[in-house]
Amino acid sequence: MNIITPILEIKELKASINENEILKNLNLQVNKGEIHAIMGPNGSGKSTFSKVLAGHPAYEVLSGEILFKGRSVLNLEPEERSHLGIFLAFQYPIEIPGVSNEDFLRLAYNAKQKFNNDSEVDPLEFLSIINQKLKLVDMSPVFLSRNVNEGFSGGEKKRNEILQMTLLDSELSILDETDSGLDIDALKVISNGINKFMTKDKAIILITHYQRLLDYVKPDFVHVMQNGKITKTGTAELAKELEMKGYEWLK
Amino acid sequence: MINQSNKTLNTNITKLVNQPYKYGFSTTIEKDIIEKGLNENVIRLISQKKKETKFLLDFRLKAYKKWKQMKSPEWAQLKFSEINYQDIIYYSAPKHKKKLNSLDEVDPELLETFEKLGISLTEQKRLTNVAVDAVFDSVSIVTTFKEELAEQGVIFSSISEAIQEYPDLIEKYLGSVVPIGDNYFSALNSAVFTDGSFCYIPKNVKCPLELSTYFRINDQKSGQFERTLIIADENSQVSYLEGCTAPQYDSNQLHAAVVELIAFDNANIKYSTVQNWYAGNEFGQGGVYNFVTKRGLCTGKNSKISWTQVETGSNITWKYPSCVLVGENSQGEFYSVALTNNYQQADTGSKMIHVGKNTRSRIVSKGISAGKSKNTYRGLVNITNKALGARNYSQCDSLLIGNSSNANTFPFISVQNSTTQIEHEASTSKIGEEQIFYFLQRGISIEKGIELMISGFCRDVFTELPLEFAAEADRLLSLKLEGSVG
Repeated sequence: MNIITPILEIKELKASINENEILKNLNLQVNKGEIHAIMGPNGSGKSTFSKVLAGHPAYEVLSGEILFKGRSVLNLEPEERSHLGIFLAFQYPIEIPGVSNEDFLRLAYNAKQKFNNDSEVDPLEFLSIINQKLKLVDMSPVFLSRNVNEGFSGGEKKRNEILQMTLLDSELSILDETDSGLDIDALKVISNGINKFMTKDKAIILITHYQRLLDYVKPDFVHVMQNGKITKTGTAELAKELEMKGYEWLK
Repeated sequence: MINQSNKTLNTNITKLVNQPYKYGFSTTIEKDIIEKGLNENVIRLISQKKKETKFLLDFRLKAYKKWKQMKSPEWAQLKFSEINYQDIIYYSAPKHKKKLNSLDEVDPELLETFEKLGISLTEQKRLTNVAVDAVFDSVSIVTTFKEELAEQGVIFSSISEAIQEYPDLIEKYLGSVVPIGDNYFSALNSAVFTDGSFCYIPKNVKCPLELSTYFRINDQKSGQFERTLIIADENSQVSYLEGCTAPQYDSNQLHAAVVELIAFDNANIKYSTVQNWYAGNEFGQGGVYNFVTKRGLCTGKNSKISWTQVETGSNITWKYPSCVLVGENSQGEFYSVALTNNYQQADTGSKMIHVGKNTRSRIVSKGISAGKSKNTYRGLVNITNKALGARNYSQCDSLLIGNSSNANTFPFISVQNSTTQIEHEASTSKIGEEQIFYFLQRGISIEKGIELMISGFCRDVFTELPLEFAAEADRLLSLKLEGSVG
């Protein structure tokens, strides 16, 4: 028998950017052990939702509530949310010239260690930790010495996001169109990484346009987001139906 | 979206950049001052106070005549109110009654001042591998490790002392690299310079210590006109570092220095600067006007002169450390990090003049602009018709932080023979909100993120600094930017 423990509760959330209301009364509950997929047409507010959740300063929450493990995160800084266990895999991972991937990953890892009162690791210890994670996403160690996302192909950038997700081992991960722009082999690698990462204590939200990803990562729920709120919720079957009929069908 | 996010970014930037300047204190001390103002009598008085020879007095007076005929240069990307040269004190020295024989006779107030600046002059606490010449307003207070250096034949002293003790060297080389009429500020300096460092490395000697001079402007109304001369004889080697700070005043202080380097056959001079004069407040009030002429002459075959500078202070910086490459196979290098914030303005770069065959030069310039500051790279690579087989590589990178700062690059290249190889690279990038957010989302603080990005950006230059100071420079930059990025 399953005990339902919510990780994320979003209640009547309204949020805007530049005085443009994008999220209009969004409600969502995600429990431990669940994978949720959010689909929806362009401009429906999916990416906004992910940024608001992570605390991007450009977005303003007008009303409503975001509870993470029962605690409101609305007043928390982005790095505090990260420390608590909210991870966002970016749709367009940004390039950071002059900063090696290895330094970046180690810093992120140690920031989390420190937050959890665990001891920080030195570069050598870190290397053995990260090398194991690299295998999960089929990345070569050469990656570590390159600058963060600089000159990475689209697929490499996305893999790097998944690498960071597994490294930080966050309880809640939001994957914003991680599947877009991937060839089928890369999609398999990434899906495989996600499936290995997922446990009964974690939760994942997949934001995607395509049913294709859901063939590899099985969602427990599929939500349709339209005009800033969730208009329909179903199972994996719903995604297949959307693939055939499009979003117009729901209107 | 843009407006709102800029607002957040800018508040955070302001927080990070506006760290208080921790060297802003001033020292109260009894002073020997020549009344403010500039005329022939003042120059004669300076010369007299320093018990100088006729050669030097003539040198000064000639320079003063030149200067009066010259005009302050206006070609730089700098805006500042006219400097009133009659409102400046040209000589201000801490009073002491007799010649100092040991450190015990130095005013404890002064020792404490340098202590506070992190420069320990007392025997016990000195950095063991660095010899220091400490210059306070117009005069050198003390030079450490003189005897140890003398054992190797290395002369390291204040220039005032050198004028007394090594008149031949001074007469031969002073003004030989930077002629008195070279430019407005070098003429001014030649007329009124009060102290600075002198260094001579004899043949076949590798200077066993890092040499360094620490410049401190203390007096509110006084200018600092320092003069440094370094001579590296055949097959010798020296690494020299200068550091600068000044108290926090609302008015501007003038600093006009001249540095001359001479390298003979196979000699190698490495000159590093960490400049942190007071930069003015967040509204651009106060701060040092820094007009500096630095030039090195590679007169010998296979000689090498390398300039490394980390410029973080001053309200205005006007400075172009240069190399004149005369000796065959000689090499000139310029590595620079210039950081400007608030209303700071920097117009800085290098000149590489290739005269000899197979001469090589390398320019790596990194400009970081935050706040409403202006940061300009200005460079000249001049390959003359005799410099067959000459090579130059230049790289000028600019990094913008926030949306109100300004970066310019003016590289000028003149090539007069066809056997030359020139490479030039330039880039402009920006630390943006999305990069910061990426760091934050991964749990890395703003400060740490900026520090990483800045230190990555400056890496090529920092690796050129003497080891002891590389970490210091890194720390200085992140301190300067603290609160600046969000």
